[in-house]
Amino acid sequence: MSSRDRILGRVRRALADVPDGELPYEESVARAYAREHGERTTEQTVDLLAENLADYRAIVHRCAAADLPELLTRLLARRGARTVLVPPGLPPHWLAAADPVRVHDRAASTPHELDEVDSVVTGCAVAVAETGTIVLDGSPDQGRRRITLVPDHHVCVVRVPDQVVSCVPGALERLDPARPLTWISGPSATSDIELDRVEGVHGPRTLEVVLVSGE
Amino acid sequence: MSGGTFVGMPAFPEAAHEAVGNTTLRANLRHATHTIRDKRARAVAELDDWAELREAGRRIKDHTLRHLDHYLMRLEESVVRAGGTVHWAADADEANRIVTALVKATGESEVVKVKSMATQEIGLNEALEAEGIHAYETDLAELIVQLGHDRPSHILVPAIHRNRGEIRDIFAKEMADWGRPAPEGLTDSPAELAEAARLHLREKFLRAKVGISGANFMVAETGTLVVVESEGNGRMCLTLPETLISVVGIEKTIPTWRDLEVFLQTLPRSSTAERMNPYTSMWTGTTDAATADGPSTFHLVLLDNGRTDTLADEVGRQALRCIRCSACLNVCPVYERAGGHAYGSVYPGPIGAILSPQLRGTRSEIDASLPYASSLCGACYEVCPVAIDIPEVLVHLRERVVQGGEATRQGVKVTLKPAKGHAAERAAMRAAGLAFARPGALRAGQRIASRTRRFHPRMLPGPGRAWSATRDLPKVPAEPFRDWWQRTRGDRSGGTTEGNDA
Ligand code: SF4
Repeated sequence: MSSRDRILGRVRRALADVPDGELPYEESVARAYAREHGERTTEQTVDLLAENLADYRAIVHRCAAADLPELLTRLLARRGARTVLVPPGLPPHWLAAADPVRVHDRAASTPHELDEVDSVVTGCAVAVAETGTIVLDGSPDQGRRRITLVPDHHVCVVRVPDQVVSCVPGALERLDPARPLTWISGPSATSDIELDRVEGVHGPRTLEVVLVSGE
Repeated sequence: MSGGTFVGMPAFPEAAHEAVGNTTLRANLRHATHTIRDKRARAVAELDDWAELREAGRRIKDHTLRHLDHYLMRLEESVVRAGGTVHWAADADEANRIVTALVKATGESEVVKVKSMATQEIGLNEALEAEGIHAYETDLAELIVQLGHDRPSHILVPAIHRNRGEIRDIFAKEMADWGRPAPEGLTDSPAELAEAARLHLREKFLRAKVGISGANFMVAETGTLVVVESEGNGRMCLTLPETLISVVGIEKTIPTWRDLEVFLQTLPRSSTAERMNPYTSMWTGTTDAATADGPSTFHLVLLDNGRTDTLADEVGRQALRCIRCSACLNVCPVYERAGGHAYGSVYPGPIGAILSPQLRGTRSEIDASLPYASSLCGACYEVCPVAIDIPEVLVHLRERVVQGGEATRQGVKVTLKPAKGHAAERAAMRAAGLAFARPGALRAGQRIASRTRRFHPRMLPGPGRAWSATRDLPKVPAEPFRDWWQRTRGDRSGGTTEGNDA
C-alpha cells in the first residue's frame, strides 16, 4: 500500500465518528467577524496606512504624481545609491531624473550580482491600511521577488487611493493566488535576542514607501 | 518512531526541577514571556471582533480536520496542477528518506532551512547530516541554537533561554566552523549580533541551490503555501534556491484562499503581538520559465507522523487546530519556570503537553508525565486564537495515563495499560474525583480548574511538583473566564463566541 493510501485510510478511520450529513463548509464556518475595523473615509484610510507603515519603521513620503520623479531622485541620492534595480514595467518617467545606473531585472542575473546593487524601486499590487502592509505580486512594475529582497534599500511606490484597501480581507480579494506574493510590513526585523527589536537581518534594512496621488 | 524525542531526556519532573534551579534561565524567561504577553494583550485589544475571529478560526480548522481526507486530496490536486510534486510520509523515517533522496538527486551537499517545527519534529537535520548533507538553519534564533549545539526552547523564539552575552560567546566561538567567522571585537549589542548573523548567512543564501521549509498554511482550493516570518531569511530560502522542498504536517491544510483572512489577522497578533509580521511569502506550485521567479522545482512532503492517531481521539484532536503562535507558552506559569527544554520535545509549553503525548504516545516516561505539566489554570485556553481547550485535553490525557484505555497508534486501535510509576497521580486523580475523571462533567461548560478548585492540592502531583515546591500555586479564579463572558457578553454574542464544547 502506498503511504498516500495508508494516510488517507487512517484519516478516514479516525473520523468514523463524523456523521455523513455534517454541515457543508459554507454553513459550518461562521464569519461573524468584522470585514474592517472602524469607519473611515478614503482619505482617512490612506492616513492610517501612512501611520501604520511608519509605526513599523518604514519611512513614509507623500507626493503628487508630478513630483514623483524628483522625489525618487532625491531619495536615491540621499542614500548615495550608485546603482538601482528597475523592474521591466516600471513607468520610465518615474526614474527619468535619477542618476544611478539602471540595473535590469533579468532571469539570468545571479544572486551575487543582485547583492552588489544599492537600491531597488518598485510599484506594488495593493497596500493594507489596517496592518501597514504592502503586497507585491510580481507584476511588471514590481519584478521578481528576489529584487526586493537582496538589495539593502527598497523604495516602493503606492498609488493612492486606488491601490489602498482598508483590511486584510480586502487585500486577499484583490490578489491572484497563482502569482508569487510577498507581503511586507516594515523592514526586516528580529526580536530573537532578548526580545529587543532589531531592524534588518536578511531583507532590506531600509524600506521607504512613497504614497503618490494622481498618478 | 525516530526523531522528536530529545535523546536522554529526563521526564518532566526532573527536567523541570533542574530548570527551576537555573536562575539565569528563569530571569530570561520571565522577562521574555511577560514582555510579549503584555504586548499581545494590547494587539488583541485593537480588534473589537477578536472573539468572532477566534471562533471563525476554530471552525475553519475543525471543519477541515473533520473532512481532512477530502481537503488533502484537493490540496494534492491543486499543487500538482500548479507544477509541484506531492509526497506522502507516514512517519518521520519516511519523511527523512524522501527529503534526503530529493536533495541527493540535485547533487548538492548543503541546504538552507527556514525555521520549521515539522522538520525539527522528525529530526531532519540529523538525518541529512548522516548522509553527508549539511543543513543550515537561517532563522536567527535557530542559528543560535544550532551554533550552540543546543535545543530549541520556545516555538517562536527558540533561543529565548539565551541572553545576549551567551549569544555573543556562541557566535565568536562557533561561526568560523560553519562559514564566515564573527567580526573581530563583536560586542553583545543586539544590533551587532544581528549584523554578524546577516553576514554569516548571506554567503550561504547567495550560493544555495536547495531550500527546505515548512509552512504555516496550505490552501486546498488553490495549492498555495504560506510562510509567515520576520527576518527575511524565509524569503531568502523560498526565493533564491532552484529547488524548494516543503515538509508540512497534514493538519496545516485550510479549505479556501479566503480563510487566510482570519489567520493572517489572528496569527501575528497572537504570536509576536504585531498587526502584521514583517514578511509573508505565498507561492503556488512553481513559476514557469518565462517568469523564473523563485524555485523551478517544488516538492511538498505531507507528513503524518502521529497526526492521524491524534485525529482519532475525539477529545484530543482539537490539538491539531494549533497554528503554532506560541501565545499559550507565554502565559503559562509552569513554562515560565520550567523552561522549554523540560518538555523534552520540539513542542514545549501547554500545546506541547497535549501534542507530544498524542503524536508520540504515552509509553515513554517523559510523554506520560507531560499531561501533568500544568496547573490547569486555563490561561492557555483563553489566549489561544483557535480556542483549543488545552486543560480539557490535559485532563483527558491524564485519565489515559492513569487508567489506560483506547488509543490509536500508527493507525491501529490499541488498549493502553495504566502507566507504571504513577501511583501518586492515581491518588491525586481519585482525590479530584468526578470532575477529573468524567469528561461529561467538563462538557457541562465549566472551566476545569475552577470547577475542581477545592480538589486542587497546594502542591501539584507529578512533574508540577518540581516547581510548585518552590512556591504556592496561583489561586484559581472563582469565576472562570467563560462564565464571566457568558454572564457579561453572552446575550450580545449569542453565546457562540467562546469555545463551544458541544
Ligand atoms: S495551542 Fe493555541 S495558543 Fe498555543 S501555540 Fe497553538 S494556537 Fe497558539
